[in-house]
Amino acid sequence: MTARILIVAEHDGAKLNPSTAKCVTCARAIDVADISVAVCAVDAAAVAAQAAQLAGVNHVLRVENPANEHALAAVLAPQIAALAAPYSHVFGPSTTFGKDLMARISGLLDAPQVSDIMAVESATRFQRPIYAGNAILTVEVAAGAKVVGTVRTASFQAAPDGGSAPIEKASLDVAIPQHTRFVSVSAGRSDRPDLQTAARVISGGRALGSAEGFKILYALADKLGAAVGASRAAVDAGYAPNEMQVGQTGKIIAPQLYVAIGISGAIQHLTGIKDARTIVAINKDGEAPIFEVADIGLVGDLFQIIPEIERLL
Amino acid sequence: MKRILVGIKRVVDYNVRIRVKADGSGVITDGVKMSINPFDEIALEEALRIRERGAAEEVVVVTVGPADCQQQLRTALAMGADRALHVLADGVIEPLVTARVLLKLVEREQPLLVILGKQAIDDDNGQTGQLLAALWQRPQATYASKVELHDGAARVTREVDAGLETLDVDMPAVITTDLRLNEPRYVKLPDIMKAKKKPLDTLTLSAMGVEPRVQLKPVSFQAPANRKKGVMVKDAAELVAALKQRGLL
Ligand SMILES: Cc1cc2nc3c(=O)[nH]c(=O)nc-3n(C[C@@H](O)[C@H](O)[C@H](O)COP(=O)(O)OP(=O)(O)OC[C@H]3O[C@@H](n4cnc5c(N)ncnc54)[C@H](O)[C@@H]3O)c2cc1C
Ligand SMILES: Cc1cc2nc3c(=O)[nH]c(=O)nc-3n(C[C@H](O)[C@H](O)[C@H](O)COP(=O)(O)OP(=O)(O)OC[C@H]3O[C@@H](n4cnc5c(N)ncnc54)[C@H](O)[C@@H]3O)c2cc1C
Repeated sequence: MTARILIVAEHDGAKLNPSTAKCVTCARAIDVADISVAVCAVDAAAVAAQAAQLAGVNHVLRVENPANEHALAAVLAPQIAALAAPYSHVFGPSTTFGKDLMARISGLLDAPQVSDIMAVESATRFQRPIYAGNAILTVEVAAGAKVVGTVRTASFQAAPDGGSAPIEKASLDVAIPQHTRFVSVSAGRSDRPDLQTAARVISGGRALGSAEGFKILYALADKLGAAVGASRAAVDAGYAPNEMQVGQTGKIIAPQLYVAIGISGAIQHLTGIKDARTIVAINKDGEAPIFEVADIGLVGDLFQIIPEIERLL
Repeated sequence: MKRILVGIKRVVDYNVRIRVKADGSGVITDGVKMSINPFDEIALEEALRIRERGAAEEVVVVTVGPADCQQQLRTALAMGADRALHVLADGVIEPLVTARVLLKLVEREQPLLVILGKQAIDDDNGQTGQLLAALWQRPQATYASKVELHDGAARVTREVDAGLETLDVDMPAVITTDLRLNEPRYVKLPDIMKAKKKPLDTLTLSAMGVEPRVQLKPVSFQAPANRKKGVMVKDAAELVAALKQRGLL
């Protein structure tokens, strides 16, 4: 069986999220006859054009409906389910968008979902992390089942541009539920790079002591062109907003450089950074578990060290 | 009766250091501490608070799993749940099967809300709430960090990658919890005694007409690759030099 894979695009109405290009790379690791990308929007033209450029994409589907203004899982899932019949696999990114949506699609299709695909062994065999990444499970999907998958974006490079897939409009006749209504979104606006795609990330923990304390991280990050992350303890304490949390239950990231400052290195935090190329740890406790995974470690007081580093840059 | 159904999963405690068995057949769970999935404690706490505010009358906890799971149900009863349902199931129960069981219970109990964790910290699937909502054809509000009930609808603030999103969902609905929704209460000793007298019903998959289908077969378990041992530097200047040398600055 050669696979036909439908990928649900993540976007903000104007720009395709890089997580989609990572799903394409995951799909290309399978012996695949067709990769189609579905763009659900009110007007999908701009995003569809970006998806069509991704190398490896064969078709782009514009799935347009006034109800698609906000990406509500209850609204999008029946539309994707209605498109799914000719496909052997339906993939989406393992971001909050994809995790929320894909499992609902899995339920509508009565098709098993493989969550957080980190490696592809065949069209039906995948590796995924369990127990906060403390074990890697290889799982085989039963023959004949349609596979729904979320793709762990930190495990795949983005597919490059270079394609020119044809774009079609999908005409669907599905009932859109009215029971779920968007109210608002409050996004912590920042000029810094996006945490999930940044090449450099500086993260702070409980040791920063206050939202005020985090400012020394922002100053360093701006000098390095880095995104800023945080441990759960720092977010719980209100030093940093929730969208900055890195870890098992926050964002899973894979930057070139990750600098953990005043973070102890709890397993739930480490699972979010294990694909980082280089991990730097700064902590005053030489026994902190973060040093077990750090490529470069420095024992000392962050309130002295950070300003020194800034001066040296 | 205005009822809330809460999922309780028995998992390896989050403090346990997980080890993969040498033969790759699974993870060592013999003799390790088991607890309620932390997200489910948060789910139960939220249900109890809603009941305490008078917006619900009964909190029912449910688990699908082997006989041992009764321990966690008793803990949930001690926290304040009114009664418990234990659906006996041995072996691997896939999310779709769990969701089908929950759907049967929903049909029987007719809850206003079903509150589940956003993920179980053992299998980390993060599927069950969405699956149930799809099968039930009702709304889902995942990753909740705030829940307010108004007549007939819940206003839920969700932790999403972009920040915080707020949705209105008509009830009945499925809500899944994120970490900052609340801080679960501690169980007091007298409550543990009282919990022994609270009703706990045992059901079976077959009596409920749910087939334990296996569509996701575990092939092997491996320990994750270790990172190479790093180096220690003695001050900021050495750190900056090391980063430059690696081409990172
Ligand atoms: C050896 C072994 C191999 C396994 N292999 C696989 C596999 O290959 N693929 C696979 O998908 N699963 C596998 N499982 C896991 C399976 O048994 C899980 O329980 C099931 O998949 C549910 O997934 P989850 O707990 O991650 O659900 P999630 O969707 O992460 O759970 C979310 C929430 O749903 C509720 N919930 C989930 N399960 C229950 C329950 N049993 N009772 C009450 N509430 C519940 C809880 O509120 C929980 O917080 C395996 C288990 C074992 C022991
Ligand atoms: C279900 C569950 C899910 C979780 N998910 C996540 C998650 O996604 N992400 C996450 O991060 N955590 C998560 N956690 C929490 C995790 O277990 C830890 O509690 C948390 O990561 C600790 O944060 P921290 O390292 O900032 O704080 P601490 O553990 O308190 O560490 C602070 C560190 O700062 C050092 N320090 C103090 N002062 C200074 C100074 N002046 N200079 C230098 N160093 C200093 C200390 O030596 C210490 O090592 C989760 C927990 C549970 C139970």
